[in-house]
Amino acid sequence: MRRSGARPASSRAARPAGVPAPRHHRADALHPGAWWLWALALGVAATRTTNPLLLALLVAVSAYVVLARRPHTPWSRSYGAFVKLALAVLVIRLLFTAVLGSPIPGTHLIVTLPEVPLPDWAQGIRLGGRVTAEGLAFALYDAMKLATLLICVGAANALASPSRLLKALPGALYEAGVAVVVALTFAPSLIADGRRLRAARRLRGRPDKGVRGLLQVGLPVLEGALERSVALAAAMDARGYGRTASVPAAVRRTTAALTLAGLLGVCAGTYGVLTAAGGTYGVPVLAAGLAAALAGLWLGGRRSLRTRYRPDRWGARAWLVTASGAAVAALLFLAAARDPAALRPGVVPLVAPTLPLWPAAAVLIGLLPAFVTPAPEQLAKEPS
Amino acid sequence: MIRFEDVSVTYDGAVEPTVRGVDFEVPEGELVLLVGPSGVGKSTVLGAVSGLVPHFTGGTLSGRVTVAGRDTRTHKPRELADVVGTVGQDPLSHFVTDTVEDELAYGMESLGLAPDVMRRRVEETLDLLGLNGLRDRPIATLSGGQQQRVAIGSVLTPHPEVLVLDEPTSALDPAAAEEVLAVLQRLVHDLGTTVLMAEHRLERVVQYADQVVLLPSPGAAPVLGSPAEVMAVSPVYPPVVDLGRLAGWSPLPLTIRDARRRAAPLRDRLGDRDATPGRTPPGTGTGTGTGTGTQHTTDSPAASGPPPRTPAAPERPSRTAPAPGPQPATPAGTGAPHTTAAPNVSPLSDTRNDSGTQPGTAHSSRPEPGTHVTSGPEPGKPSAAPAGTGAPHTTTAAPHPSGPLSGTRIGSQALPDTAHTSRPESGKPSAVGAPAAAAAARRPRASLLRRLRGKAPSAGRTADGGPGAPYAAEVRSLAVRRGRVQALRRVDLTVSPGETVALMGRNGAGKSTLLSALVGLVEPAAGSVRAGDAVPHRTAPRDLVRRVGLVPQEPRDLLYADTVAAECAAADRDADAAPGTCRALLTELLPGVTDDVHPRDLSEGQRLTLALAVVLTARPPLLLLDEPTRGLDYAAKARLVGILRALAAEGHAIVLATHDVELAAELAHRVVLLAEGEVIADGPTADVAVASPSFAPQVAKIMAPRKWLTVAQVREALA
Repeated sequence: MRRSGARPASSRAARPAGVPAPRHHRADALHPGAWWLWALALGVAATRTTNPLLLALLVAVSAYVVLARRPHTPWSRSYGAFVKLALAVLVIRLLFTAVLGSPIPGTHLIVTLPEVPLPDWAQGIRLGGRVTAEGLAFALYDAMKLATLLICVGAANALASPSRLLKALPGALYEAGVAVVVALTFAPSLIADGRRLRAARRLRGRPDKGVRGLLQVGLPVLEGALERSVALAAAMDARGYGRTASVPAAVRRTTAALTLAGLLGVCAGTYGVLTAAGGTYGVPVLAAGLAAALAGLWLGGRRSLRTRYRPDRWGARAWLVTASGAAVAALLFLAAARDPAALRPGVVPLVAPTLPLWPAAAVLIGLLPAFVTPAPEQLAKEPS
Repeated sequence: MIRFEDVSVTYDGAVEPTVRGVDFEVPEGELVLLVGPSGVGKSTVLGAVSGLVPHFTGGTLSGRVTVAGRDTRTHKPRELADVVGTVGQDPLSHFVTDTVEDELAYGMESLGLAPDVMRRRVEETLDLLGLNGLRDRPIATLSGGQQQRVAIGSVLTPHPEVLVLDEPTSALDPAAAEEVLAVLQRLVHDLGTTVLMAEHRLERVVQYADQVVLLPSPGAAPVLGSPAEVMAVSPVYPPVVDLGRLAGWSPLPLTIRDARRRAAPLRDRLGDRDATPGRTPPGTGTGTGTGTGTQHTTDSPAASGPPPRTPAAPERPSRTAPAPGPQPATPAGTGAPHTTAAPNVSPLSDTRNDSGTQPGTAHSSRPEPGTHVTSGPEPGKPSAAPAGTGAPHTTTAAPHPSGPLSGTRIGSQALPDTAHTSRPESGKPSAVGAPAAAAAARRPRASLLRRLRGKAPSAGRTADGGPGAPYAAEVRSLAVRRGRVQALRRVDLTVSPGETVALMGRNGAGKSTLLSALVGLVEPAAGSVRAGDAVPHRTAPRDLVRRVGLVPQEPRDLLYADTVAAECAAADRDADAAPGTCRALLTELLPGVTDDVHPRDLSEGQRLTLALAVVLTARPPLLLLDEPTRGLDYAAKARLVGILRALAAEGHAIVLATHDVELAAELAHRVVLLAEGEVIADGPTADVAVASPSFAPQVAKIMAPRKWLTVAQVREALA
């Protein structure tokens, strides 16, 4: 199955030169789960530090891997959107700090905004006033942490679209998974529809910009989306979506009982774990509930006839990618425990953050996927 | 394989059954074509095969439909999925996954086939449909033809015994349509698949059919027979059949090849006629003024044409003398439309042929509509449009929209004789060849027109190309980028008032982008675009609608309101037109649409006409239509042709992007071929269409090397 040679060789111009990785091929495409684990591990690592240099390094690592390895699908462009979102988070956080003030005592005054006097009941809230370098630095560090997390999720999105991930769902959840995938693919076409209709407003001599324009096309866009969903539902029905195998009644009943009992167990167990009184029974009930639910899912899978076409395999590369992410996270946990000062640079007194050497080296381990995963196929030509 | 036993379908809330008494059988391994005008229930019949009617759509089905022995009453669509593959009208709404390979596998996954079987079938299907190079591509990035092939492939992989296709080639360019039809042909011949398909574009498919099922009218029982038999009685038929009926061939030819074999006598006969001064064949230029004059008179005996036409000739000199010009033209103008209404085709063909090759006409035909604008409508108004909807539309009110056209055409025809001497520059074979020279030649005339416009009160409000703009549209070395794609490169195009230009080329060649650039929806990366005197993307939408109007590919995009009346009222407000303008226009273009209908409930053709009326409310001198005949049957298409001809006669410049070669042959003065964002051919329809095998209309192929384009031309010549 591996490299059957049936498909044409693709150019590898998109990759950085000299990287010894196999050319992209469906059979050895990386399991999407590996990408998500890697990216989420980087995100977890980001929560361990507020050092802006380390965070910037984490972002750089994820960005490099994304640029080197993202496939040429519409989904992969979502990385840019996530980066913009992260920047917006950063800006909003800084604005709030400037306007609402910061609990950080600071001496380096940057500017004093006119302060709005607030009534007594609003004590503790401040509008305007002193803006200090310390306060801004603290806000920046904090916001960078969140921004890095967002960018890591964006990286996962770009490298492996959620729809690919959903294919790995167990059989019983498959149909729900397809519904989610369809909803996900409709979002972009909804946006495209909206754009087209807004453009069409121009043809009617109405301004094509502004909020009113958006509102007026809202209804037609939704109508169109609804019609398309109905057409898609018809197509899916005609293609055998939802065909079920006949299973013995006993199995069906057992499945229902297991699932129901499992869900109840999970609820009760969670309640027990969270309340002080239920400390004793909480954990076992939760575990039992989970087990029952999983068994129900497994049994439920027998009703589904479906087979999988060329499922993604979890191979050595997937292990490597996951391990590289996990290593970054683990090492940063360790560093945070060993050397908290370096990973959480103080802002009072205000000092320039330094790059701690070995945590930085640890972050660089996250670059591994750019070298061990197959390069994406270069698109020959994209028709309009 | 498929058996309908006295099937009737009544949808919920409908009074009458949509289809009634459907009773036929499709034997195994045949390709059966379902034909009929719009709205006769073709899609319902197709849906009944896959079980979607009534399981999915609701409604009541009486009678019995069995597919491969399975009764659709007891089998839901999903339980028929292994024997019936269905591809709907819009392939995009068919796709569940996002890459080609997954899409091909989806149906098999649902059926639970073993992984190794799936793998083998996917590879086979990729080869069968020539999709191997695209296997990893996201479906959204494929062209229309590729998507259609993927859609067909995705239902082929489970190896269904029956394939049901609803308009598989309507949205495709001629080459892509051939591609899809070749695949179907192969399936039927090699794999013994039974295919049932509905299609409006009969000229593309009828020759492949083993049998044809005709639904003649809503609720009428279907007629089943061999293609030739059914075509002899069908209300919808392709041009080749039309020609065959005209020439009295029996059995009717269905392919170009058959028709050509029979056509030799016809060609000879027409060839003889060509030799007479009456009808100058395209190849030979009209010699003298008298020659052309005679031509008209000899042409017209078929109808009541001659009298108005002869006076039309003197109209020409008036052209050079601006002020008095319209006056003498006036009586002729008024007379011509009404009297010549019946034989409207004849003059058209004349001009077409002439402008095809005759050097002068290409240019002379351009200013002609201008004259018409100034002279024609003025007198036309009192007589034809008591409603007073305004000049450009008055002529439309004539019973035959193309009536006024003939008047104009005649005018243009006569023009070369008189004007030729003064314009030797017009010796260029194609209109594009000499934009500069042509422009130079036109300039004085334009200013003249402007003065005329100023004088004619009614014309002031009509198709106003904008002062100082000799062209209705002018595109100079235009380049447009869309994302990473260079959609257009160095495109030059000029369209004069009264001229109809067809943009053709394969899907994704840049036709729609060019139209978008002309209405300012996309900004040029380089070069310039002008619509009249405006730069579209820098003009406020309110002002732009008065200069250029676009009817988009999906006319529904233009319609927001709940009722036709509200839509029309909104259009009047948008265009600053007098209340009722749009409604009056709509009544002219499409009588019988009531105010309270929801635009969604209109038929495809009606909706297109409504969108056209909305656009025309602002009276743009430049009218653009993107793929206007998608989903239209022949009758709706003929109406559209009539409307557009009348508009052109009034001086509207019209640009159509279309895959429909027959439409281009009927309407366009010029055809512009685009490929990969570049203009690869630009010239008179007869020249460009005949030169290209894929863009030649059927009649041109049959009559080659003679440059006849439409059955109407031939009919007129024979009359």
